[in-house]
Amino acid sequence: MTSLLIIIVLVLLAVALWQLTKIFDLTQVGSTSDDSQVATDDDNNVQGYLMFGFLAFIYIFTIYGVFAWGPLVLHTPASEHGSLIDSLMNITWVLIFIVQAVTQVLLHYFSFKYRGRKDQKALYFADNNKLEAIWSIIPAVVLAGLILYGLYAWTNIMFVDEDEDTIVVELYAQQFKWTARYAGADNVLGKANVRLIEGVNTLGVDLSDPYAQDDIIVSELHIPKGKKVHFKMRSQDVLHSAYFPHFRAQMNCVPGMVTEFAFTPIYTTEEYQAMPYMIDKVANINALRAKKSIELVAKGETALDPYTFDYLLLCNKICGASHYNMQMKVIVDTPEDYKKWLSDKATLVSEVKAANATQEPVEGGVKSDSTQSKDTVAVDKIAMK
Amino acid sequence: MSAEGHDHGQDHEHEHHHKDTFITKYIFSIDHKMIAKQYLITGIIMGVIGVTMSLLFRMQLAWPEESFKIFNILLGDKWAPDGVMTNDIYLSLVTIHGTIMVFFVLTAGLSGTFSNLLIPLQIGARDMASGFMNMISYWLFFLSSVIMICSLFIESGPANAGWTIYPPLSALPQSISGSGLGMTLWLVSMAIFIASSLMGSLNYVVTVINLRTKGMSMTRLPLTIWAFFVTAIIGIVSFPVLLSAALLLIFDRSFGTSFFLSDIYLAGEVLHYQGGSPVLFEHLFWFLGHPEVYIVILPALGITSEIIATNSRKPIFGYRAMIMSIIAIAFLSTIVWGHHMFISGMNPFLGSVFTFTTLLIAIPSAVKAFNYITTLWKGNLQLNPAMLFSIGLVSTFITGGLTGIILGDSTLDINVHDTYFVVAHFHLVMGISALYGMFAGVYHWFPRMFGRMLNKNLGYVHFWVTAICAYGVFFPMHFIGLAGLPRRYYTNTNFPLFDDLQNVNVLITTFALIGGVFQLVFLYNFFSSIFYGKKSVQNPWKSNTLEWTAPVEHIHGNWPGEIPHVHRWPYDYSNPAHEEDFVPQTVPMKEGEVVLHH
Repeated sequence: MTSLLIIIVLVLLAVALWQLTKIFDLTQVGSTSDDSQVATDDDNNVQGYLMFGFLAFIYIFTIYGVFAWGPLVLHTPASEHGSLIDSLMNITWVLIFIVQAVTQVLLHYFSFKYRGRKDQKALYFADNNKLEAIWSIIPAVVLAGLILYGLYAWTNIMFVDEDEDTIVVELYAQQFKWTARYAGADNVLGKANVRLIEGVNTLGVDLSDPYAQDDIIVSELHIPKGKKVHFKMRSQDVLHSAYFPHFRAQMNCVPGMVTEFAFTPIYTTEEYQAMPYMIDKVANINALRAKKSIELVAKGETALDPYTFDYLLLCNKICGASHYNMQMKVIVDTPEDYKKWLSDKATLVSEVKAANATQEPVEGGVKSDSTQSKDTVAVDKIAMK
Repeated sequence: MSAEGHDHGQDHEHEHHHKDTFITKYIFSIDHKMIAKQYLITGIIMGVIGVTMSLLFRMQLAWPEESFKIFNILLGDKWAPDGVMTNDIYLSLVTIHGTIMVFFVLTAGLSGTFSNLLIPLQIGARDMASGFMNMISYWLFFLSSVIMICSLFIESGPANAGWTIYPPLSALPQSISGSGLGMTLWLVSMAIFIASSLMGSLNYVVTVINLRTKGMSMTRLPLTIWAFFVTAIIGIVSFPVLLSAALLLIFDRSFGTSFFLSDIYLAGEVLHYQGGSPVLFEHLFWFLGHPEVYIVILPALGITSEIIATNSRKPIFGYRAMIMSIIAIAFLSTIVWGHHMFISGMNPFLGSVFTFTTLLIAIPSAVKAFNYITTLWKGNLQLNPAMLFSIGLVSTFITGGLTGIILGDSTLDINVHDTYFVVAHFHLVMGISALYGMFAGVYHWFPRMFGRMLNKNLGYVHFWVTAICAYGVFFPMHFIGLAGLPRRYYTNTNFPLFDDLQNVNVLITTFALIGGVFQLVFLYNFFSSIFYGKKSVQNPWKSNTLEWTAPVEHIHGNWPGEIPHVHRWPYDYSNPAHEEDFVPQTVPMKEGEVVLHH
């Protein structure tokens, strides 16, 4: 079936090509049979009009794109610094659209307006210092403004004040999953190194470090609304990138070093789900999924689950075969819910003790290693479908 | 410089009687014109492979669950069982597509072809400074192409850590299938490629400095030569750094050193590496990687300058400003590499510095774009296919360049880094633009290379379909990038969040397939015109530059008699002091004629 379709497409394309060539050939009827393969006045005329048509195409396509695909782009930022980024982005977009609109008009309109004729001669105009000064200085001034605003925002976002009251959370990346470690009551993470990975201590936390005694390890990230969260990131194996699109936050995770990023969430998951734009988006996605489910069921496969919005942490740096499926659910709670959620969690130290009580320590280590590699194999199998 | 010209002129009689065998003429040729053709045809073959790969992975992205027989035919049972592409081969296709297009097509295919063809012909030299080194340069390039192609057929699969080959992924075979033999071959191929590129670049620089004919001062050089000259210098400055990065990576991979690796726990065991940093590799890689995009685009801009002036029948506007902006772009290009690394974990203060230097590049780029537009103003435009591709280049260069203001700004980069927004940006500004430059060059200088003309109507069809498809593919990509869709995802079906982007992906792939298939028009035109095209006259485009004063038939040493002398700049089009609308550089100044151009 597909090969038949491909053949049909190829045949149609060949026909289209033949027709197009014929059109261009016809434009030369009447002109002296000139086969020098250099553009004639007729060619210039046709191509000039096509240039003008292409300008229309760019404009229509842009306007169509803004309306058809504009609603798909990330909307209201869910973090405090997000609006700073978005306003700089909007200013930049306005500038880009103005420059794009003007330059494309000039370029294509001139290509049309000054299409060549045998009986005309071009203007000998080689230089004009004033003009060139204008289009060097204007971009320079505009860019200076953008640079200043950009640097102001960058400094605000990237430099975390160590004295500030924050919640310290470690994001731990490995092929192909995320884990989070909470610093506990002392708000200081215990030391860690991959060389200390053993058994249930999958993050290699130094259990002898006093700061590590209250650390908590979880596989679903909860953060409280309105409080700055200071993420410290580590990677176990290759480069990963912790990307929170809705929070306008991203930082690479690099084996051998700790990287950091901090942001303050301003909407709980429930609040964000209830935003009118998000309700529309989810409805649209679910309509698409329902349509696809009908096809799937017809083929004898299971239907897709309906979608509800959740914040996500994605991996955004190629990290291996299953890079496309490395994600973690992020939940923004009210401060009360967050406290409650965290208080239910057992500390790593208590988990290690429990594991040691049930098993021989040596056996525990071996077993954990084999489950680890089984996990990776399982992920690969899903990836291979 | 004039002395050389004369010496060669006297030697010439000997060269003429020299009999060429098939091997010395067509294979191990030391003639720059033949080497240019070799580069071009190798580049075209690599281009076909690279573009085909992109069509395959675009099909995968648009219809991730479908089974395509063509996948099974082209990729085999291991990589596409039942016609469904595996995630490993998807990443391989992405990686090798990037590598081939950036290095083999747009660096070697573009610079190699046109620097070789035009430098001696446009400056009035008998050949390159070292014909032998030039030949070695091509054959090393050929060898590296062969090795890269061979890596496609090995059992563990070709390299698939992305064309940027960041360690540890590229260093550890346990982390991804392509980092075994595939990556070894990739690194060997690139090391040879760099050697080839360096030999070529050194030759170009030496030739431009030493072998200009009498009267050809630096400010009478065509802008093509300026672009090739500066490009060669950037290559000499930055390619060795990539070579060192590749060598250190080979050390880490094979000899257990820890330049780029530290504290790694993989597949159930702790590896011995300690003290290295992947960020160091990123610095070394992008120290070449960023200038590389200018190595790709500057020759295309040089070609465009020449073609726009010739076909507008007007002097290029602001000749000196154009030279200054080429030099400014070249200089700035070597101090902006950090904008690829804003969120790599380097000190945010460095990010501020790189934002500043990066956004400065917009100024010389804007000067170039405005100067092109002003050159068209009140011209007498001859809309040949080469001219259409040049105008198309200016259009995509502006569209793609403008989004650079977003990506170059560290604050805005946080949220679009490594999304499809980046893919859209660099494909328009350096991929499509440089390809247009290459096509423009081929349409314009085909008569100079093969003595025959390309069919113009096929050229028009080729341009218009390509132009619409290029926008059709890359314009919508901005939106899916702004929706937060990461690049290098094998399928997006694991994220219901991105389900509403699927229709856009289908549209992009449709445009890509149409655009890709229509390149066959060009291939047909190119290969059939070599043999059956209409015979060219000596100066079909009525151009001023020296290459059109040489006879149509190629001869060793380019000019049968003495090398022509140069008396004026190359852009005297429609000079009111002259009857014709072009005044070749060899025409002496009339008495009392004013030098108008600066």
